[in-house]
Amino acid sequence: MTTNNSAIRVVVVGNGMVGHHFVENLIKSGQPVHITVLSGEPRLAYDRVHLSSWFTGSRAEDLALTDELTYEQWGINYVLNAKVENIDRARKSVSTHQYTYDYDVLVLATGSYAYVPPIAGSYQPHCLVYRTIEDLQTIEHSATQSKVGVVVGGGLLGLEAANALKQAGLKTHVVEFAAQLMAVQLDEGAGTLLREKIEALGVTVHTQKATQVIESGQQCRYRMVFADDSFLETDMILFSAGIRPCDQLGREAGLAVGERGGIIINNQCQTNDPDIYAIGECALWENRTYGLVAPGYTMARTAVASISNKVLDFVGADMSTKLKLMGVEVGSIGDAHAKTAGAQCYTYQSQPQGVYKKLIVDAAHSKVLGAVLVGDTSDYDTLLQYCLNDMPLPKKPETLILPSSDEKPALGAEALPTTATICSCHNVAKSDIVEAIDNGCASLDEIKTCTKASSGCGGCSALLKNVVDSELEHRGVAVSKALCEHFDHTRQELFHLVKVEKIRSFDALIARHGTGLGCDICRPTVGSILASVWNDYVLNTRNVSLQDTNDTYLGNMQKDGTYSIVPRVPGGEITPAGLIVIGEVAQKFNLYTKITGGQRIDLFGARVDQLLDIWQILVSAGFETGHAYAKALRTVKSCVGSTWCRYGVQDSVGQAIALEHRYKGLRAPHKIKFAVSGCTRECAEAQSKDIGIIATENGWNLYVCGNGGMKPRHGDLFATDLSTDTLVKYIDRILMFYIKTADRLQRTSVWMDNLEGGLAYLQSVVIEDTLGINSELEVQMQRIVGAYQCEWKTTLASQDAKKRFRQFVNSKRADTNIQFVDERGQIRPATELEKALGQARIPVELV
Amino acid sequence: MQTKAQQLCDWYDICDEHDLVSNSGVCALIGEQQIAIFTVDWQERRQLYALSNGDPVGKANVMYRGIIGSVDAKPVVASPLYKEHYCLATGQCLENEDLALQVFAVELNAGKVRVAL
Ligand code: SRM
Ligand SMILES: Cc1cc2nc3c(=O)[nH]c(=O)nc-3n(C[C@H](O)[C@H](O)[C@H](O)COP(=O)(O)OP(=O)(O)OC[C@H]3O[C@@H](n4cnc5c(N)ncnc54)[C@H](O)[C@@H]3O)c2cc1C
Ligand code: SF4
Ligand code: FES
Repeated sequence: MTTNNSAIRVVVVGNGMVGHHFVENLIKSGQPVHITVLSGEPRLAYDRVHLSSWFTGSRAEDLALTDELTYEQWGINYVLNAKVENIDRARKSVSTHQYTYDYDVLVLATGSYAYVPPIAGSYQPHCLVYRTIEDLQTIEHSATQSKVGVVVGGGLLGLEAANALKQAGLKTHVVEFAAQLMAVQLDEGAGTLLREKIEALGVTVHTQKATQVIESGQQCRYRMVFADDSFLETDMILFSAGIRPCDQLGREAGLAVGERGGIIINNQCQTNDPDIYAIGECALWENRTYGLVAPGYTMARTAVASISNKVLDFVGADMSTKLKLMGVEVGSIGDAHAKTAGAQCYTYQSQPQGVYKKLIVDAAHSKVLGAVLVGDTSDYDTLLQYCLNDMPLPKKPETLILPSSDEKPALGAEALPTTATICSCHNVAKSDIVEAIDNGCASLDEIKTCTKASSGCGGCSALLKNVVDSELEHRGVAVSKALCEHFDHTRQELFHLVKVEKIRSFDALIARHGTGLGCDICRPTVGSILASVWNDYVLNTRNVSLQDTNDTYLGNMQKDGTYSIVPRVPGGEITPAGLIVIGEVAQKFNLYTKITGGQRIDLFGARVDQLLDIWQILVSAGFETGHAYAKALRTVKSCVGSTWCRYGVQDSVGQAIALEHRYKGLRAPHKIKFAVSGCTRECAEAQSKDIGIIATENGWNLYVCGNGGMKPRHGDLFATDLSTDTLVKYIDRILMFYIKTADRLQRTSVWMDNLEGGLAYLQSVVIEDTLGINSELEVQMQRIVGAYQCEWKTTLASQDAKKRFRQFVNSKRADTNIQFVDERGQIRPATELEKALGQARIPVELV
Repeated sequence: MQTKAQQLCDWYDICDEHDLVSNSGVCALIGEQQIAIFTVDWQERRQLYALSNGDPVGKANVMYRGIIGSVDAKPVVASPLYKEHYCLATGQCLENEDLALQVFAVELNAGKVRVAL
């Protein structure tokens, strides 16, 4: 291989997260180097930390940390599928089965492999591990052929894997050798609570079980037999029983390795051969390996410094973690097991709320040594900063974990020393953020791009936002949350004002809290809030001017100014007689007819002056408005379900119809869609809906905050096997909470993505009533359900309202600009050219 | 609203005041001309505006169905199709200076609405 003479040749074995971080930093250091990257995987580095998002729709591109073009631009010689088999330290070269590469400096970043315990029968086709994208593809494939899945190992990764199996629709078990879950990070109390929570989500946990053998099963593919002679049947097994450093290469080349594995390194990350470095999970420093990405990144930067003849010692790393497992918040900081001599603990536990917190302080009560949190990690950032920065404790240390006591010292971003590390993955201190702002960054996004903070494990995002907001505020940069120029409030604040002050009109609200005349942003927003709170008739004279034209005319305006008409067809079920009425109306008024994507029928091309006549016929035949024009419940799609389908396990059509009747007319920040499927085959596509319901043998599984549309999002599994009563109760609460707190035009999917605490928080509010507002939410929903009216029926009965359904105040003529031509046996709007050429046909009978 | 053109034009009776909808629009047909008439009730005052009803962007006769509002304290209407804003007093489109609605004189006289062409 030819190289630039002055440049040293650096060969990097492994292109995982740490190997890539090393390459990136070495390039940035500006050193004259010639880099060769040998990746054992078929692709360049990707985000292993967020691997599980694969199951919620991320693809390889989304997870990628870099791409081939970037590596080419950096002048890197990279080889994929290049497993290094041998190091020749005397010749200073490494070889794959194809080639040999010479190095001046060798960097081993080979990571770890998933450990599979030596159990007879553990190497069978559906016994898998969870480490690479290829592993996930295999798991996905296996899951489609399985009904039951077992994860061996109840640690952090095991629980993440269990969640993935659960989301894939499998009956899921976790089998743990120790007496509790996450024994490394949690104490017993926390482990017990975590177990309760995880079991409540439908995952069965078996502790103190040592698998002896995996043999073929009777009900399922395999049977796992345990040391106590009990057994468990399953179709697939995922091993997550710990990781082991990939140290084979080093071992064979005579590098020093630890007793329990890991290539031994010094503070510069050098092995006992000073030309060979080891970084990341394959390295052993002071008899410790680190299974987290942040310490690996620090090692990578240390190695770069050493190669550049700079001094930067690796001095160990903080192993604190905060994460969400199946929606359950868990945090562990520092000395979680209180092993430090003289350590003292404070414990807070609330069984009703499912919260456990433990604070560990030193003998002198002068600093935080560690903490354990389950069910509520809102104190994590504060406690971590106390711990990492040795900040002096408040007089009563317990206030740090007690729920909202007045004395709780608010550790605002301001109180942090400038040296405080905000993002440990990318080693970003508060001072780096201040510097970025001084250099012109003016928003959170810009700071993320410029410092990379929050782009690793993501655990620091809340703290980062606080620091950025507080620094920006300091500099007088107002972070505006105003709805528009007429109101300085957010939608949520306006909602509260309307409710608390019992305001029933836009004029009253703007007089009291806004300025000017309003606009096309605040008027419909307030219109929607008034409707959500009071469910008054949207066309009351005082509300008319608030509605978008679609709401004013109770139809969707089309490109030529005509409207579409969508009668409600609850659950998609319609009688032949109903179909005939719709057909007759369409024929009489010459409307274009199409089946919609929402399981109902849309009639297009109605002029504003035809709407009343059309709806008169529809309402008389028993049809109601379908709210296709409104930010409100649209449709509840259904599949045919147990009534007809040979696989159905519940009456999905009946359930869909009942739900559509309950929530029809409910005004919301954006439209809301439901679907109900009769079994896991999911023919109604419920997981792409705001509220998705899938029948199970025992009841209903509830999915929330799915979305089709521009940015599809799979719904999150909210609760399983619900009775109809509980299902309705949960939906009442979720929808009302959404209506109260979402931003304008924010679908539930985006709302969820922005909800601090996410799914777990929503579950705690709705299931555990942590805010104590559930009865209020239910009462509000009941009031709205009780006040339902079909807006078309009300409109037809109101002389005042009827006056508006005409093109001209002073003439009965129709708008002659609306012209159609024939296409496939129906009308379509004429083009400007067709109109000019006189080829269009005007519907004659009403002109 | 006295404009120069006013004396040279003919005034047409359109409708009664109670046919108007507060902070909203109606449409009048005069010959083949469609005219949107907006009623702005603001700070205890009622002000009428008359503009051409055709949406220059959407090419449909729908302006009277737009939402009324204010931008920098100037009354405007937003097109119901693609939401461009037009100044009610001048007809000027705020998003595109090449576009404007035509403005007509309108008055309220003894409970009757009249427009001048
Ligand atoms: C008629 C229909 C298409 C069809 O011919 O099948 C349709 C038509 C329109 N859709 Fe849709 N959507 C229709 C089903 C859907 C679906 C499928 C579904 O509901 O299962 C989706 C994806 C699912 C979802 O919403 O999550 C869908 C995602 C959208 C979006 C994107 C929403 C998003 O969150 O990204 C918009 C734009 C918006 O709402 O801002 C939209 C907006 C519209 C509007 C209102 C656009 C407009 O303002 O003119 C269309 C006018 C409807 C009309 O004139 O009646 N439509 N639209 C479907 C009516 C269903 C019904 O019976 O009510
Ligand atoms: C599902 C999951 C969730 C996780 N969640 C978190 C989290 O929340 N927070 C956190 O901090 N950490 C988390 N981790 C751990 C984190 O991903 C690792 O700490 C990090 O990826 C380690 O980086 P690495 O480069 O040392 O090893 P890896 O990313 O494993 O990369 C090593 C690479 O070297 C390659 N390789 C090995 N041997 C050879 C060879 N002989 N020749 C060529 N190539 C070779 C491998 O194929 C691999 O591509 C998670 C891990 C997993 C699997
Ligand atoms: S989801 Fe189930 S019940 Fe519904 S149609 Fe499909 S297979 Fe049948
Ligand atoms: S701490 Fe991991 S991204 Fe910031």
